[in-house]
Amino acid sequence: MSLSCQSLGWSVRRQPIVQDITLDVQPGETLGLIGANGSGKSTLLKMLAGIRAPTAGRLTLDGRDLASYPQRQIAQRIAFVEQQAETGDRITVRDAVELGRTPWLSALRPWSDTDETIVARATAAVEMQGFEARQWATLSGGERQRVHIARALAQEPQILLLDEPTNHLDIHHQLSILSLVARLPVTSIVALHDLNQAMECDRLALLQRGRLVTLGPPEEVLTCERLAESFAVRASILTDPADGACVLRFHKPT
Amino acid sequence: MTKVVPASRHRTLHAGWHWGWITPPVLFVALIVGAAIGETAIPVSTVLQVLGNKLLGLGYPVDRIDAGIIWEYRLSRAVVAACCGAGLALSGVVLQALLRNALADPYLLGISAGASTGAVAVTVAGVGAGAVTLSAGAFAGAALAFVMVAALAHAAGGGTGMRAAGVIVLAGIAGSQLFNALTAFIVAKSANAEQARGIMFWLMGNLSGVRWDDVVVAIPAVALAVLTCLWHVRALDAFTFGSDSAASLGVAVRRVQVILIGIAALVTAAMVSMVGSIGFVGLVIPHAMRFVVGVRHGRLVPASALAGAVFLIISDVISRILVPGQVLPIGVITALVGAPAFALILIRGRTTR
Repeated sequence: MSLSCQSLGWSVRRQPIVQDITLDVQPGETLGLIGANGSGKSTLLKMLAGIRAPTAGRLTLDGRDLASYPQRQIAQRIAFVEQQAETGDRITVRDAVELGRTPWLSALRPWSDTDETIVARATAAVEMQGFEARQWATLSGGERQRVHIARALAQEPQILLLDEPTNHLDIHHQLSILSLVARLPVTSIVALHDLNQAMECDRLALLQRGRLVTLGPPEEVLTCERLAESFAVRASILTDPADGACVLRFHKPT
Repeated sequence: MTKVVPASRHRTLHAGWHWGWITPPVLFVALIVGAAIGETAIPVSTVLQVLGNKLLGLGYPVDRIDAGIIWEYRLSRAVVAACCGAGLALSGVVLQALLRNALADPYLLGISAGASTGAVAVTVAGVGAGAVTLSAGAFAGAALAFVMVAALAHAAGGGTGMRAAGVIVLAGIAGSQLFNALTAFIVAKSANAEQARGIMFWLMGNLSGVRWDDVVVAIPAVALAVLTCLWHVRALDAFTFGSDSAASLGVAVRRVQVILIGIAALVTAAMVSMVGSIGFVGLVIPHAMRFVVGVRHGRLVPASALAGAVFLIISDVISRILVPGQVLPIGVITALVGAPAFALILIRGRTTR
């Protein structure tokens, strides 16, 4: 399943938020989206998820215009975890994860044992088994985030879009979510703030003021010069003596 | 924990059966009660005999006056009350789910304000010169108000996100204020004391004028609402985390919003044009039912429709017998019961946070 965009743009009141983005997401890869606050990561993700129509350019899924797919068919292929999705409803963890089956169900295709299994598996994947009956309001921010991810997994997507999935998570769950995403046999596009976590992606796309500055393997994208330009920080790249991996350390610009 | 999974699964799988079995007997009993109790109490056996005569042609010997009261007056009234209750409760469920606003109710969209203006325009200002009935005037006013509110919300923009839900609430408030002012203007300018009292009575909800003609409108309207809502239960659930989340779950957000809000507006307009604006049903019943059956719409939709129907039949009975020799506006009863119930819901809602 391949997702690609050509000269994609979105503007509001003639103010461009995202412009001229061309990229091909390769099947199976984990593509990291990085960039400073307001660089257009979330807007780009929403367009890729098919919930915000681009105002310029073209977006294709398997060679077909994304806009030509019914919303339901998009949701059977692409799942999206928003940055902050809240509710005041008194739903349980289980209710929230079950929502992920929505695109596969209809009045003529009711809930079945298969859905039951998928929901249980998705809940276990984010280590929330045992929490099924808990009320949403009683969950911590990190637990809510994991439930959202379980809901996305229950959609059984081929492409998973995550907007800063590690926000609110403790370090254990940050790493377990990221390694879960890396292990899943799906294409994933992840907006990330932690650049050391971004290092683990297959490729990175660096956005700056709504434009795609560079796209490539992490070591090519995360250079000291680019970090200085895009994030206004001074960075030193260290090597972890344990395994030889690169580690970024940041300093205030001088 | 192991018990939780089978229990909730049981509920999900059998929800349809469950409601299919419960609804007819409960509704039947409520209708019989509605027909039996009144200023002159009529035995249930007589009510059943009249029903047997009318529906199955059984030919029991029944007092003709009793038969007239039951069939022409009380039963038609109880059936319309049930339809109104179900229709208003469902409109409340739909609007609260789609607009993500706990205070949304069927009158939020300016519908009752427009209906009132239409009603006074016909009865007081004499629009239509006697050729237009009060109901037709009220329906036209309700439809006009809703179209204006929808146009204003559309013009104010906001797409499908959280902002759009806020915009439509604000547009509804603006529309309601405008039409309430028009109503007050017409009443102040042209109505005499007797007319003003009649209008007030109508505005508080009044089932007195209801006959079988109204049933012919009420039943299809409410059946349409029930079927549309049942068809869309999963879409309604998908709005739990907002409309962007619904879209990412495969719901055609725009289409669902137009269909469901349109149906809610249509049903409300039809009900208001028959019986005036009966408050609190659309607001309180859905909230009360969330406490009883939970927030999932597979259960909430049938439960709210049934509870709304029964609640309004009972309220109508109370409105007839509370003050001997006088029928109170039903809106007074629903508000007297509804306001404290709503206060209770607010307080309980806070403690569960």
